[in-house]
Amino acid sequence: MVGGNDMQSLSNRKKVFEQKPMGFWERIYLPAIFKGLSITIKHFFKPIPTVRYPEVERPYSKNFRGQHSLKRDEEGRERCTACGLCALSCPAEAITMIAAERQKGEEHLYREEKYAAVYEINMLRCIFCGLCEEACPKEAIYLDGPHVTADYLRKDFIYGKDKLVEPRFDYKEKHEPTA
Amino acid sequence: MADRGNDMAEDVKLKVTIDGIPVEVAPGTTIMNAARQIGGDVVPPAMCYYSKLEGSGGKCRTCLVKVSKGSEKDPRPMPKLVASCRTTVMDGMEVQNITSPEVLEARKGVVEFLLINHPLDCPICDQAGECHLQDLSYQHGLADTRYEFERRTFDKIDIGDKIQLHMTRCILCYRCVMVADQLTPQRVHGVLGRGDAAEISTYIKKAVDNEFSGNMIDVCPVGALTDKTFRFKNRVWFTKPVEAHRDCPTCSGKVTLWYKGEEVLRVTARKDTYGEAEEFICNTCRFDKKATADWVIEGPRKVKRTSVISANHYEQFNPPPVVKKNLALQEANKEQLERTERLLP
Repeated sequence: MVGGNDMQSLSNRKKVFEQKPMGFWERIYLPAIFKGLSITIKHFFKPIPTVRYPEVERPYSKNFRGQHSLKRDEEGRERCTACGLCALSCPAEAITMIAAERQKGEEHLYREEKYAAVYEINMLRCIFCGLCEEACPKEAIYLDGPHVTADYLRKDFIYGKDKLVEPRFDYKEKHEPTA
Repeated sequence: MADRGNDMAEDVKLKVTIDGIPVEVAPGTTIMNAARQIGGDVVPPAMCYYSKLEGSGGKCRTCLVKVSKGSEKDPRPMPKLVASCRTTVMDGMEVQNITSPEVLEARKGVVEFLLINHPLDCPICDQAGECHLQDLSYQHGLADTRYEFERRTFDKIDIGDKIQLHMTRCILCYRCVMVADQLTPQRVHGVLGRGDAAEISTYIKKAVDNEFSGNMIDVCPVGALTDKTFRFKNRVWFTKPVEAHRDCPTCSGKVTLWYKGEEVLRVTARKDTYGEAEEFICNTCRFDKKATADWVIEGPRKVKRTSVISANHYEQFNPPPVVKKNLALQEANKEQLERTERLLP
């Protein structure tokens, strides 16, 4: 006969379970109840380990990779030239872009002759590997943002330039007198 | 073309050895073409030589090789490195290309000189991905520059609505000038100025509008002459090359279409292993016929596995060896591939 209960154990570590009848103290339940309660009450006086994200953040690793940001240069112009190397290096195929030629009078907006008119990253596809960062010849993309937040619709996870391009810092101050 | 396969009446064959590989060629063949008959790694790179253009070569010096034995009759080596595209072979000649460290060192120097005034704006350049200078500098160049001065710049010149000229990227190979001379009855552009100030231009800003002028784009080894109708449309490696032909009254009509999705972004001549156009095409084919309905599709173009154009393209059915032996697995793999393709946008 193959199988069944009388089969020989190979490891010999099998334990036979045997149910003994309960004793007096076990039968009145009270010691067990007090033991359980004492554990519960002990926890009231212990420090709370929960971190209340997003108000409180735990320390991040230095090389943490979060949401992408498209950088500007020291004059506030977009660094990205839509060369497509980030999209080429992307193992998840999360990046797409459409390039456009810089027109006359847009020199203060875009660093190079060509710029990305549309730049989209699908955050559901992205695996935050940082290869785009490594491929970029213009130091235009960095994964230095926070965690990508949750959302309800798939379409909302496709981040365009409105969410990716970093805000202008001193650019406004510089140009205010002329405006 | 004059050198290759031009058998003499007596059918004399000269024996040449290139990097230890013997080959028999007809008299009058250049070292470059003898190496191309062998093929593979021993072929010297060429930036200015173009087999379809008469008189091309001898300008860029990237094809320098060492002749360690002049010929059977005179076995002395040649005193200096020679340009292989301009030097004809002798019987019993021994040539060193990649086996000579001297040649590799010289080539490194040539690349450095070619890149001295090159803007290195590959992220912007439409030629990136199929640029010979890019390939050459990856193989032979240094990672950084020793040049400290400002790079040469030019005023922008408009040479018509079809062709974009970026003079800063030009390496003065004269191929485009030769195309205009040998393919078209009247050349309107040429090299103006001398030495450092030499530049490709049209006389009094005349537009280049000959029917075959578009071939300037194909022969240009760098991104100096690019297709204006393709300008910044997409990167070369995101487009899909497809061989096609059409009944053209002016040219052979054999082209490569570069697709992105359903759209033809660019039409170029078919290029061989050395990046030379197989047959020159006319401007109507190149610039005006950009609908699939205009063409008879022959099939996808074979792209080298190492080329950036085939990077990230998974549609090619390339099963591992285990699958190749088993027909049932092969079928399942194919079906799986088709399913993924349906899911792609």
